[in-house]
Amino acid sequence: MRIVTVCGVGIGTSAILKTNAERALDRLMLEADVTASDVDGVAAAARDAQVVLTSPELVDRVRAATAGLHAEIVVVQNYFDVDEIASVLESSIG
Amino acid sequence: MPLPPLPDSAIAIAVDADDWRAAVHAAGSALAASGATTDAYADRMVDVIEEYGAYVVVAPGLALAHARPGPEVLAEGISVVTLAHPVAFGHAHNDPVQVVVGLAVRTAEGHVASVAELANVFNDDAVVASIARATAPGEIRALLGAPSAGDAGGGAA
Repeated sequence: MRIVTVCGVGIGTSAILKTNAERALDRLMLEADVTASDVDGVAAAARDAQVVLTSPELVDRVRAATAGLHAEIVVVQNYFDVDEIASVLESSIG
Repeated sequence: MPLPPLPDSAIAIAVDADDWRAAVHAAGSALAASGATTDAYADRMVDVIEEYGAYVVVAPGLALAHARPGPEVLAEGISVVTLAHPVAFGHAHNDPVQVVVGLAVRTAEGHVASVAELANVFNDDAVVASIARATAPGEIRALLGAPSAGDAGGGAA
């Protein structure tokens, strides 16, 4: 399974989301390869991904960029809330 | 991997910012003062928010201001600015912002481990309020677990 985390420029926030998504996956005892990406690169990064995690502000751009791909786009409000990330991941892939 | 050094010059406490741009500029000034970036980096961080919106407000009260790696970045660095008055960035859930962390990285690849360290710190949801209340740079360094010294490598400190 592949998960892509997206922020505007692909540094910083997407890296935090990647770190906390990995933590959430551990908690759910799920295995996945998590990659950080920027909005411009998400179409390539998400080509073989099942889930794309991003923020409410970026979700429209991410949806537009990944139109036609199979990945489910999932919104995370608080990037530091591992409970929230675990809960959205569980409902999309668990 | 530890956080980059957080010298006193990279910390500004109880800054009076009128709006989010001023708050981001304060984080940029602190990065420049520590030698991590040139002055122009602050404008790059504002550009990112203007282009993509307030997604940099990654948790309640906390903005992680950053821009792409580029010539404005002289060394990996972070800065911390606490605001005298909370400022709205335009985020639907995490406004208003009390603490702005500025982040400068030289390459998109090399930074993940140090940013992961920030994730470790801020996963404790009481930390933002504790940083906002801090009255001395040493308190903020202790809360973040950041080293104080170390030449940022960018020249003027």
